Amino acid sequence: MTAVATGPATQPASSATNGPPSPSRTERILMKGNEAIAEAAIQAGCDAYFGYPITPQAELLEWMARRMPEEGRAFVQAESELGAINMALGAGATGARAMVSSSSPGISLMAEGMSYMAGSEVPMVLVNVMRGGPGLGSIQPSQSDYFQATKGHGHGDYHVPVLAPSSIGEAMGLVALAFDLAEQYRTPVMLLVDGIMGQAMEPVELDFTRLPRREFEWALTGAAGRPPRVIKSLNLQPEELERHNQELQAKYREIAARETRWADEQLDDAELVLVAYGTAARVARTAIERARAEGIRAGLLRPITLWPFPSQIVARLAERVRGFLVVELSSGQMVEDVRLAVAGRRPVAFHGRMGGMVPTPHDVTEALRDLDQGARP
Amino acid sequence: MTAAEPRVIFQRPELLSERSSHYCPGCGHGVVHRLLAEVLGELGVASRTIAVAPVGCAVFMYDYLELDFVEAPHGRAPAVATGIRRVRPDAFVLTYQGDGDLAAIGTAEIVHAAARGERITAVFVNNGIYGMTGGQMAPTTLLGQRTTSTPLGREASTAGYPVPMTEMLALLPGTAYAARGSVADPGHIGRVRAMLKRAAEAQLAGEGFAIVEVLSNCPVGWNMTAQESIRHLAEVSRTYPLGVLVDRPKASGRLWPAIQALEASEEAG
Repeated sequence: MTAVATGPATQPASSATNGPPSPSRTERILMKGNEAIAEAAIQAGCDAYFGYPITPQAELLEWMARRMPEEGRAFVQAESELGAINMALGAGATGARAMVSSSSPGISLMAEGMSYMAGSEVPMVLVNVMRGGPGLGSIQPSQSDYFQATKGHGHGDYHVPVLAPSSIGEAMGLVALAFDLAEQYRTPVMLLVDGIMGQAMEPVELDFTRLPRREFEWALTGAAGRPPRVIKSLNLQPEELERHNQELQAKYREIAARETRWADEQLDDAELVLVAYGTAARVARTAIERARAEGIRAGLLRPITLWPFPSQIVARLAERVRGFLVVELSSGQMVEDVRLAVAGRRPVAFHGRMGGMVPTPHDVTEALRDLDQGARP
Repeated sequence: MTAAEPRVIFQRPELLSERSSHYCPGCGHGVVHRLLAEVLGELGVASRTIAVAPVGCAVFMYDYLELDFVEAPHGRAPAVATGIRRVRPDAFVLTYQGDGDLAAIGTAEIVHAAARGERITAVFVNNGIYGMTGGQMAPTTLLGQRTTSTPLGREASTAGYPVPMTEMLALLPGTAYAARGSVADPGHIGRVRAMLKRAAEAQLAGEGFAIVEVLSNCPVGWNMTAQESIRHLAEVSRTYPLGVLVDRPKASGRLWPAIQALEASEEAG
């Protein structure tokens, strides 16, 4: 059983739209993750893509290089990830749907631009196809950028919504959601996938439903018949800058209240909860089947938004289950958010592999057995 | 109109706001702002201008010019302008950067905007110093010049040589127009005005990337009186000669002149 749940209240962002969306039409084909994400962005109405080659996301850039000009839209291979993210800042400031993509080392370079865009509230979608780190690391899949994605990335007090799909089809849907959230909340939004998701091929449905266009009262279009508009983050008056920060924090609380998303599988009767996202969630799924065959009642909680993190559902589960096992392709980053939500009420175990290694179903099942033994009443 | 009737011959350009600027007394930025206000007004492009403000002394320029503005991170104005250019083909896109911004941290962004022949007009105000942060050495600082980070004067063996950015940019086939002027006196200021106008027209005509470097004075950072700093611009222009470096009628995509000359000499020889 798979249930996809979203936070307490969700509401489609339709209040400020122009014209009806085009009629829904879908097509089922086999696609590579990076290419599917790129095509999903085109279908979602991405106006401009800026990128720089890096493995394992290069196919995303290449797909855009061919497809964006076909659609009469903007594509630039930038001189660096710094260049790319700042091009997105310029395009986004005019109200255009802008997108960048990279992999871990390139995302570090984009931190500067993300901070400016968060501060000056410019919408944009960023895709991180994570690889092993730190430093140049490897080109194999990893989830070691969770802290970077959810706890800061650039300087300053800010968050960006972080969406983590666990299949290529889901990734495509989340691309459209990312553009929608970016415009609704005037914020950068990150799609966080790992190298496996970027490189694997899966059957996907191309959705040709176009995201409606919005008019923005803040967009830079030239000061014709109206006072000039300024998009900036600088404010040397501490009282004013604090007020701006308070407004940003209020926006983040609103996003947390309305946009938290997760999926749960077999949690109804679960005594042990496996928490995992992306590729790790797929490994977890197999481990849960094996554990259940042995009589261990395990279920999966899969956060879809890593920020905002579904802390409330974790806290509720902590009231009735025996323990948690967090599985990541890292040394243990999301596990900190799980522990915060569990708040010491239940044991929280962790299993992870690093540097491009992927946890095996065998090892995760073993970790579930250990938890089952250790968390017996 | 009779000869006795008073006539307005000099006034604040419409695009220049009435706010008092934060610039130090004697600083050249105000002159360049005014010239831009005049030129953009004259060309009638203000209502479709999207300008990019830098980090540095001109960080508040959106307060002084009545235009749509986006603030760029330090050095990134040409990349931000590229993003605007590519989604707003009808916009007039203007960048304004100082020499720390353009010639140090933003070297890659300005070089590649020019290399792509981005149809933007870049204004580069060179006062040889990081003014906003207290007068440290910039890549453009003259040899021997004392700054707060070269207290004994810039020494080439440890701090390198002045970087002639505009000459470097002029070599690129994407650069349609590159010129260097100075705010040293009314005659020079008039020539900067003409350069700015030509650089704007290059964008409007779709010729490619255009840049105007303006040698400007920084009396506070140079530890001089305003008059001394103005006079010192003559010294600065010995390292950075004034004039039009390139004015291609159309960014041809052909190799730069020195290589063409080399090819010609090989053919001849």
